[in-house]
Amino acid sequence: MNKPARGSLLGIEHLEEKEILGLLKLARRMNPLKARPLLRNKRIVLLFYEASTRTRSSFEIAAKSLGAITTLVQSSGSSIEKGESLLDTGYTLRAVGADAIVLRHPCAGAPHLMAAHLDIPVINAGDGMHEHPSQALLDAFTILKHKKSFKGLQVAIIGDIYHSRVARSACHLLTKFGVKITLCGPAEFVPDVSTTLAPGLRVTRHIEDALRGTDVVMLLRLQKERLAGQKVQLQDYVTRYQMTAARLKLARRDAIVMHPGPIIRGLELTAEVADGPQSVIIDEIHNGVPTRMAILARALGKAK
Amino acid sequence: MLNAKSQRRESGSLLIKGGHLIDPAAKINAPMDILLRDGRVAEIALPNKVRGGADEKFDARGLIVAPGFIDLHVHMREPGQGYKETIASGTAAAAAGGFTSVCTMPNTMPVVDTEEWVAWLRHPERGAEVNVFPIAAATRSSRGAALTDFAALQRAGAVAVTDDGKPILDDEVMRAALRLGAELNLPVVQHAEDTRVTEHCSMHEGPTSFRLGLRGMPAAAEAGIVDRDVNLAQQIRESRLHVAHLSTSDALKAVRRGKRAKARVTCEVTPHHFTLLDEDVGEYNTNFKMNPPLRTASDREATLVALADGTVDAIATDHAPHASHEKQVEFERAAFGITGLETALALAITKLHREHKIPLTRIVELFTAGPARVFDLRGRGSLQRGNFGDVTIFDPKKRWTFEAAKSRSLSRNTPFGGWQFTGKVVATIVGGKVVYREN
Repeated sequence: MNKPARGSLLGIEHLEEKEILGLLKLARRMNPLKARPLLRNKRIVLLFYEASTRTRSSFEIAAKSLGAITTLVQSSGSSIEKGESLLDTGYTLRAVGADAIVLRHPCAGAPHLMAAHLDIPVINAGDGMHEHPSQALLDAFTILKHKKSFKGLQVAIIGDIYHSRVARSACHLLTKFGVKITLCGPAEFVPDVSTTLAPGLRVTRHIEDALRGTDVVMLLRLQKERLAGQKVQLQDYVTRYQMTAARLKLARRDAIVMHPGPIIRGLELTAEVADGPQSVIIDEIHNGVPTRMAILARALGKAK
Repeated sequence: MLNAKSQRRESGSLLIKGGHLIDPAAKINAPMDILLRDGRVAEIALPNKVRGGADEKFDARGLIVAPGFIDLHVHMREPGQGYKETIASGTAAAAAGGFTSVCTMPNTMPVVDTEEWVAWLRHPERGAEVNVFPIAAATRSSRGAALTDFAALQRAGAVAVTDDGKPILDDEVMRAALRLGAELNLPVVQHAEDTRVTEHCSMHEGPTSFRLGLRGMPAAAEAGIVDRDVNLAQQIRESRLHVAHLSTSDALKAVRRGKRAKARVTCEVTPHHFTLLDEDVGEYNTNFKMNPPLRTASDREATLVALADGTVDAIATDHAPHASHEKQVEFERAAFGITGLETALALAITKLHREHKIPLTRIVELFTAGPARVFDLRGRGSLQRGNFGDVTIFDPKKRWTFEAAKSRSLSRNTPFGGWQFTGKVVATIVGGKVVYREN
């Protein structure tokens, strides 16, 4: 087991504040429409073991905007289907000339395993229930666009925290800057142990309590496939936790509504909220590209 | 009961001279010389007072001499998975760790659920370096339904029955197993885990599993089964329940309750559970993935207390070798288990004796008289005259570093590679013959 190659991004938890601020600053200077070819002739492999629309397309556009060559390898239609191990796939991609690997995987820690055995940067594009660092960075980018500073901010994260890599990364990132976060949902989704993830976390079962005075409302997708066998009833959840226009009034008047997508209208939020003036959901997706440009430029040592 | 290979060693004599004997069952903790002859203990006497002559002498000055260590819980992987370990390689590792007897788990391929497989395990062609005592499956193919033929398995040499790894969840099947075991005086060993709530889990449930995004096994999944089993053991007269690799403080409470009620309940604890914590898994290090998983500091504290106060009957390794391709994978997909035979005594001395001040006599008891009692291994666990000539000789002060690459096991899946220990096995003697000697 070796240390991950320089430029790897495995998670937010172990990043220092100045590294995060550096990435966000770099992201602000990235313009996909007027990009400099910083990564000309660099080969970036997008290795996706799970479905993805936003993350995959924005990493690909980010890489191409910087002049890199990209290849997409997915579990179906590759040797992964034939039983090739994660490490052997990694060695193979390294041998064909990959300069960096962007990995999405259903198992927590998969990028850590790959990074421990390869000498090229590995970028975590979501690993199981663990972390989704590029999402947390683009969310931080989005928050700073609308809120100027993290100072004194209150954030409410509502939904299935337990299964959410987005929530874990967001909690790590925002609490590093002193943001107070309230996690809200039923105990099956927000177990009491959630508060041990980072300092400055609080749990509530009542959405009204979570929303009062909050600057940012972060919603998570209700993963219907997770409900099987769980005690959570869909209709119950909608009644207690759906984000409606009426509930949103409890938050600060200038509060923004975020969601990592894909959104399910009528479930975790109403269409009115999704399309309302406080929603920045589309802006988040948009910000994914410059953020991921910054991540890739840093990964390949072109972060100047 | 001796294995054929050690029967071949039976003639001849060996005098172990100048050592300090710790034999808890015989209440001896004093300098003694020991004469082994024809595979048995011939004489125990004060220094230089042994009367019989010997072909060979072993100079044990400055060393502790103890009855041969017994490991109640090892996976030797044969039949069927010789790429992980064989009886020959696993027992060589056992010898290097000071174990003269190992009890093998039946979750092999196929499962050891017939007399033929029990006999196969004990056959001289397996090339065992130490005594092998098979534990047979409690139910056919360990499916948890129809009981195996306990009587036939016992006649073939099985010392206990278990469905290790696939716990018996059905109350009626467990009740029937304990009943039949009671009739035959055969212990039923349970790997206590309510697998209905631990599906897809890969470590202990707590802050570390939450942080790593891994599904966690709640402590209650172990305690619930132990609680149920202890209740059954109390209801069924003469039944014998042995709780394997106990890891939680609540499960210990249930065992204590059973012991107080005079039920025949015994339990074992592994060196990794009295040494490591769930948080030691770090960034998904699969050499810290085993089942039961590493637990919290308070669970470890409870096992340390129970090891000291006599609640725990034996230290058992749960030696579980796996090939590198089964461990160098995603954490959630990695095989459960670590090797443990060669580090058990070193961990016991380094952690239990030196750090937690548990006396050496108690530690030796946990490796000898304790386990011998759990499975009724007659003539073992103590060096009284006429007993088997199984002896473990160790240096409790020797400092050394464990190098996983030099292990005698076929596998390398240990979390203790590079660890510095105090306390090392110097020689292992089975049936009067030296099978391991430190070089």
